[in-house]
Amino acid sequence: MTVEERPEAAYRPTPPPAWKPRTDPAPLLPDAEPYRLLGTDAAAGADPQLLLRLYAELVRGRRYNTQATALTKQGRLAVYPSSTGQEACEVAAALALEERDWLFPSYRDTLAAVARGLDPVQALTLLRGDWHTGYDPHEHRIAPLCTPLATQLPHAVGLAHAARLKGDDVVALAMVGDGGTSEGDFHEALNFAAVWQAPVVFLVQNNGFAISVPLAKQTAAPSLAHKAVGYGMPGRLVDGNDAAAVHEVLTEAVGRARRGEGPTLIEAVTYRMDAHTNADDATRYRADGEAEAWREHDPIRLMERELTVRGLLDEDTVRAAAEAAETMAAQLRKRMNADPVLDPMDLFAHVYAEQTSQLREQAAQLRAELDAESGEGTHSAEGGAR
Amino acid sequence: MSTATARQAKPATMAQALQRAMRDAMAEDPSVHVMGEDVGTLGGVFRVTDGLAKEFGEDRCTDTPLAEAGILGTAVGMAMYGLRPVVEMQFDAFAYPAFEQLISHVARMRNRTRGAMPLPITVRVPYGGGIGGVEHHSDSSEAYYMATPGLHVVTPATVEDAYGLLRAAIASDDPVVFLEPKRLYWSKSDWSPEAPAAVEPIGRAVVRRQGRSATLITYGPSVPVCLEAAEAAQAEGWDLEVVDLRSLVPFDDETVCASVRRTGRAVVVHESTGFGGPGGEIAARVTERCFHHLEAPVLRVAGFDIPYPPPMLERHHLPGVDRVLDAVARLQWEAES
Ligand SMILES: Cc1ncc(C[n+]2csc(CCOP(=O)(O)OP(=O)(O)O)c2C)c(N)n1
Repeated sequence: MTVEERPEAAYRPTPPPAWKPRTDPAPLLPDAEPYRLLGTDAAAGADPQLLLRLYAELVRGRRYNTQATALTKQGRLAVYPSSTGQEACEVAAALALEERDWLFPSYRDTLAAVARGLDPVQALTLLRGDWHTGYDPHEHRIAPLCTPLATQLPHAVGLAHAARLKGDDVVALAMVGDGGTSEGDFHEALNFAAVWQAPVVFLVQNNGFAISVPLAKQTAAPSLAHKAVGYGMPGRLVDGNDAAAVHEVLTEAVGRARRGEGPTLIEAVTYRMDAHTNADDATRYRADGEAEAWREHDPIRLMERELTVRGLLDEDTVRAAAEAAETMAAQLRKRMNADPVLDPMDLFAHVYAEQTSQLREQAAQLRAELDAESGEGTHSAEGGAR
Repeated sequence: MSTATARQAKPATMAQALQRAMRDAMAEDPSVHVMGEDVGTLGGVFRVTDGLAKEFGEDRCTDTPLAEAGILGTAVGMAMYGLRPVVEMQFDAFAYPAFEQLISHVARMRNRTRGAMPLPITVRVPYGGGIGGVEHHSDSSEAYYMATPGLHVVTPATVEDAYGLLRAAIASDDPVVFLEPKRLYWSKSDWSPEAPAAVEPIGRAVVRRQGRSATLITYGPSVPVCLEAAEAAQAEGWDLEVVDLRSLVPFDDETVCASVRRTGRAVVVHESTGFGGPGGEIAARVTERCFHHLEAPVLRVAGFDIPYPPPMLERHHLPGVDRVLDAVARLQWEAES
């Protein structure tokens, strides 16, 4: 019903002049189809060095996923959320950043962190259980892998904003899953970023599920990228299995952010080939054959086909990538199979800059227990008689 | 009903008893709705809601969008309109986004409407450590809930109580934070729905083991620890009584104090932090009410005052049998000092 049709419409107050709806949201709207590069004519223009680099990282990333999953079966990792099938998002995200930029990963984004240069073992401490974050975030500019969903997004906005206030041209890339976009923190982060024009890129890996819940039960939006429009930032939709496309779209968004043109929301459409984690039973919620259908669209295969068509993939290249991946896996296995040496006194070492008197007391208590334990060899009820 | 009964006539786990409690409540009362992340098709990450969506439909057991504030906030509206939402928070630390709803609305709606708008919401929270979970999967958050007037805070330690207390929580016209000790999910008992467990009124503690020399006051995941400590202490000549609180709010002063008056000594045991933790409140109450009966100060055995540690170090943090026995030994303080 239009305004003219209603007689009482004459009584509608005119909005004050300051209130002006944006008349043309079109530049913000995502395309109807995810952007693709591999297998299209445009791919001929892609830099061969970049494609080969992405290929090597994809192969290494896949191997990392299978190795880490194997380590859960040997009890060396408490849990591993595999990103098999999603390697293109992980790798392209990491490679789109400059060294001075920051990455804000979720618990599933170990590969992005490793592709950015993080030690593969340090990337796993959270999941192995020896410490929550096994690296110094400042070293590679990677925030701790974040488990509570979407809470890292406002952090990314704040860091990017602070960098800009200081005059540094640093960009923050924040990664989140499709489920995480339902959290309040996601909305608040996008809003802050847009209002502040903060140099942030939000990358949603839409892998179809939040544990067991499919996207249709998560959102009724035409796409997750559409959510950008309401906040006043561009939304981009990209094929998340096409590493070249993801890299291009991310690089563009990072560039926009760096030039002071504000944040972008990117939805990468992909598929989680493994279960949520090794502890999950995907047969309860996954339709038969669904994962199989995605195998045709595997990120490594897409890249291999492109490289082959362009005559860039010879046996040596394939072997070199496979060997590098195997070397990484062998080292990972070896290092993960050594028992970590833990000092229980670390429990008290990092709670405050300076230990409180309570913690000093409790540290002394544990010290005494540990001494008694090593003296007696076994636990016993002896303590009660002391 | 009979087929399901036959299916469950084996020793049940705590997870199954909880599932059964929701199932029975839903069958009896069409206003009971279960909702949360992954509670439908998957049956919850701990399978506590297994089968409910199949049996009652997705409108009664709903996979919500992934948003804890949204889950609890919509539950408030549903309860306003006469439903009885049973909400699952997937893990202790993932309930924190919902705190605003819980504290500012769920807990005080009855009060701010002068009783006109009670909210019969049950918030189920798997809590506590000991299962090797990574960060944010092992918090003991009971002190936050206890500090919020308007909430009941309940935590079962046995399979029978899991059933009985959850039934009572769902039936309660007040909001109940129902803390499920996740390391006891797989504990078993011979309980079977064929001999239906009693619905336990909220607010009553129970003496799990009788003894004369001292009282261990505990709840949830620490109850089995205390029972084991009590057995071990026998060798030292200590005959320990173990009181399982079951309900932290309301608090059963009567059962606790009756026990402490008999034994003259008390240790509070829980895995949540000691400083600002539940034990402080409990020790103060016992001291106020039983001062003349006490032979020693009320002691506390708690988790350290640190963020919950990574799984490879959690055994050093969680109060175990030895630490309880150490405290029991210190109850002889008069003789020593
Ligand atoms: C605040 C919060 N609530 C619940 C959880 C439990 N949880 C862990 S992963 C997950 C699903 C996340 O799905 P999505 O965001 O799509 O990311 P994906 O796992 O698919 O990468 C849930 C519910 C959590 N980690 N944090």
